[in-house]
Amino acid sequence: MGKPTLALYWAASCGGCEIAVLDLHARILDVAEAFDIVFWPVALDFKYDDVRAREDHSIDLCLFNGSIRNSENAEIAHLLRAKAKTLVAFGSCALEGGIPGLANLTTKQDIWRYVYEESPSTVKQNGGVFPQTHSSMPEGAIEIPEMWDTVKSLDQVIEVDYFVPGCPPQPERIWEVIEHIVSGRPLPPKGSVLGAGEKTCCDECPRERKEKKLKKFYRPFEIVPDPNLCLLDQGMVCMGPATRDGCGALCTKANMACRGCYGPPPHVTDQGAKMVSALSSVIDAHDPQEIENILDQIADPMGTFYRFSLAHSILRRVEKP
Amino acid sequence: MAFEPKIIGFLCNWCSYTGADLAGVSRIKSAPNVRVIRTMCSGRIDPAFVLKAFQLGADGVIVMGCHLGDCHYQEGNYKTIRRIPFLKRLIQGFGIDPRRLRLEWVSASEGDRFAQVVNEMTEEVRRIGPLSLLVHRDVQRSVLHQ
Repeated sequence: MGKPTLALYWAASCGGCEIAVLDLHARILDVAEAFDIVFWPVALDFKYDDVRAREDHSIDLCLFNGSIRNSENAEIAHLLRAKAKTLVAFGSCALEGGIPGLANLTTKQDIWRYVYEESPSTVKQNGGVFPQTHSSMPEGAIEIPEMWDTVKSLDQVIEVDYFVPGCPPQPERIWEVIEHIVSGRPLPPKGSVLGAGEKTCCDECPRERKEKKLKKFYRPFEIVPDPNLCLLDQGMVCMGPATRDGCGALCTKANMACRGCYGPPPHVTDQGAKMVSALSSVIDAHDPQEIENILDQIADPMGTFYRFSLAHSILRRVEKP
Repeated sequence: MAFEPKIIGFLCNWCSYTGADLAGVSRIKSAPNVRVIRTMCSGRIDPAFVLKAFQLGADGVIVMGCHLGDCHYQEGNYKTIRRIPFLKRLIQGFGIDPRRLRLEWVSASEGDRFAQVVNEMTEEVRRIGPLSLLVHRDVQRSVLHQ
């Protein structure tokens, strides 16, 4: 019997998840040893047609990173779903929309208007020039993928077997997942999250926590936080209480508030709602006006609470009239 | 057909739910638009419940709890008094009119007040109009798919 086959793909993503795989360093050779890599656009020269030519279910494992932002992303997601036995949503973008999902705060029209007409670096043309999915020229016609109005997570488009969170997933966790799959040990039920914990980031954070009573919130540039005390206790908006553990609390160890990249912890559907709940519990005020004044200090709650999870939140996108 | 708002009411067990019951046994007329969900405390209402209500097609959500100082659990409603204004900001961030979410204190003896806030909320949401979200379409599709 030959080696199991592995495919990696990036849809709407920055490429950080690919780098995280390469961050396995020398162990990447063990991955190459254990798997026959059949598709990995960032590293190996395979084409979509090579995947199309394969039989269905002939790829043993597919690690899919990136959110679904355009028709090409969706097409390849459906293709890989058909060809892969086990398909893993790999990284925040595939899991919950990630940073590209923040585009759901606005619309395709508004993004295009800014990028192709209004931005200071745009050379103005008559009426603006916008991308077309179809262009005809004397040499022939070309088609390019269509950008969607709403960014989607992978599981909103195809069925996903497992989820590996993180922006990017930490190499140690990736290794655990790969090792687990290679070892042939039984996998958890379909739909499980792999390579992460079952608690919150706070459980991994070494900082000392006291009773929280907050009257003032600080933005990162306004404060030099004490390196040993809980950042939330000190008034920084830290996403730790609404974020799954697994990263090793890297950000808080570097004196930076958690940004929430590992997504919501088990049994939580909406990170933003959970942060509203968590922060409401620690604000030290009973007077409605004072409460409003304290809430005013929390800059950009949408972008902060839903930095990675907007596309996969309960309401998924902002409504524009 | 005229628009009839669908409103979800989260009522605390100890005061507001009993207040609603009193309105009923006292035969006070009120708008039938509020669908009541009983919670043990207004502090039990996870903001996700409210978002979920909007996701599934509610035009408005009204949260009712004990008056400040009367909470059966001492300070549950002090959490609510901070949570709802915060949540109003969040739903506004999602492009939803914050008037669609309302917090009212209704005690067990205030059946008339229950009827009054229900009528007020219903009229307000009726004026604002139906809530249409893109997520409604997606969720409906996935429900049909199941």
